[in-house]
Amino acid sequence: MTNNSMTNTSNTTSNPAVNVRGVGRIFSARKGPGVTALEDVSITVAPGEFVSLIGPSGCGKSTLLRLVADLDTPTSGSIEVFGKPARQARIDQDYGIAFQQAGLLPWRTVAGNIELPLELHGMGKGARRRRAAELIALVGLSDFAANYPDQLSGGMQQRVAIARSLAESPSLLLMDEPFGALDEMTRERMQNELVRICAETQAAVVFVTHSIPEAVFLSNRVVVMSPRPGRIRSIVDVSLGDMAGRSEDLREDEGFFHSLSQVRDLLHGDEAAGVGTPGAGVRGVETR
Amino acid sequence: MTTTRPGAAPSTAAQTVLAPIVFGVAVILLWQGLVTGLAIKAFVLPAPFAIGAEFAANLQNVANGMAVTGGNALIGLILGGVVGIALAIVSALARLFDEMAAPIVAALSVVPIVALAPVLYTMFGAGAETARQLVAALAVFVPVYFNTLKGLRQVRPVHRDLMRSYAVTSWQATRVVTLPTALPFVFTGLRIASSLAVISALIAEYFGGPVGGLGKSITSAASSSNYGLAWAYVLGSIILGLVFYSAALIVEKLVTRRSGG
Repeated sequence: MTNNSMTNTSNTTSNPAVNVRGVGRIFSARKGPGVTALEDVSITVAPGEFVSLIGPSGCGKSTLLRLVADLDTPTSGSIEVFGKPARQARIDQDYGIAFQQAGLLPWRTVAGNIELPLELHGMGKGARRRRAAELIALVGLSDFAANYPDQLSGGMQQRVAIARSLAESPSLLLMDEPFGALDEMTRERMQNELVRICAETQAAVVFVTHSIPEAVFLSNRVVVMSPRPGRIRSIVDVSLGDMAGRSEDLREDEGFFHSLSQVRDLLHGDEAAGVGTPGAGVRGVETR
Repeated sequence: MTTTRPGAAPSTAAQTVLAPIVFGVAVILLWQGLVTGLAIKAFVLPAPFAIGAEFAANLQNVANGMAVTGGNALIGLILGGVVGIALAIVSALARLFDEMAAPIVAALSVVPIVALAPVLYTMFGAGAETARQLVAALAVFVPVYFNTLKGLRQVRPVHRDLMRSYAVTSWQATRVVTLPTALPFVFTGLRIASSLAVISALIAEYFGGPVGGLGKSITSAASSSNYGLAWAYVLGSIILGLVFYSAALIVEKLVTRRSGG
């Protein structure tokens, strides 16, 4: 475990956390040319950087995340994670991942679920216990360590899933709409917690979302994508300061609103925004 | 009992227990009344009190019969269950094996398995219980195999992705996710199989083999015109089937408490 985190740290100094070069993904259909989910996508994520992927349904943002996680392989182009091919990074456990569904094992307790990756990778029982207790405290569920997932609310389950993704102190977190199924109140609270956790762990994050305020509130950069075929329309720098300084007040900040409308304009294909390629109007994005 | 609706908490427990008992007693009394009132002959339908008397008088014999038939059913249940689960795991892991096994298992499921009993008696000798145990095992194998295989294919995509992201071996993934997901299905299969095991072991006795089991006892009592005794053995068979089914049901409930969400 110690060795693992040491190699991770040395990685972060030299290479970008994620380096996507000219990636395309075509899902072959039984007849016809197939569906182009992604076309010529290039993006770099620096160590410790928080990057959101936003766009309407079908823009390939989840596909891109799955490619980075090596849960799927690109049709063209290359993906490197900390200077290694995505496959090697997965085998070396360089990233932690959280999905839209918490995906907890219902027959394991909260602690058991968080210990799962540690157990699978051969960490001793005592060390596992301690690490799980630490993470449970981090996500504020200390009173629920012995509970089963079906006894928890959706937000609590998602916090367990996030704790699980952090279990091996990854230098990269991949999150696929982790708050997508939560109500707005829980969602904002979870965002605040994620900001705090990111400030503490210093991990780079690739975050897929539908929600413009969520993307702006959390990110250093917001990648706006357009559908059919999935492409990067533009990348918006959000200059709202580092993670440690972000708090609830930020939601009322002028810079926050500025970035919000910038992303919104890009999503709606507004040429007046000054950036971005022309494209059809984009629907299906939550602007709340 | 009469006016409280099922929603009322205090009376529900009493209701669930009491209602079937009252109904059962009513049916038995009606049966007794019909048999004596209409003077029905014992070979057509003996009176329940007569059956009860025979049951009490021959308690030891009925219990011995239950032990023999129950033993065969249990061995068959364990054998068929183990083989069914093991082969289902192989089928789930190796597509080729699954494709080879599918037509054979499908054929097995439509064959009346007790029909194999006479053949098996010739194979293993009429003095051994082996043939009956194998009949029970074959009957058990089919539902256990199908249910386990179905259960092994219930792994949620998010769990599959998670296991892939952990870069674990396929055996680790099977142990941590696939088997626990399949467990409720395995036990449903075993519950269905538990009564099949008793029925098959009992029916197999009709085709030959050593005496002592419930099936043989029913036929010999009936052929010696001792109808009350024959029905006492039938009662023993019903009790044995219920014991197997309830045991399997309890185990299923215990094991699958936590596999809902």
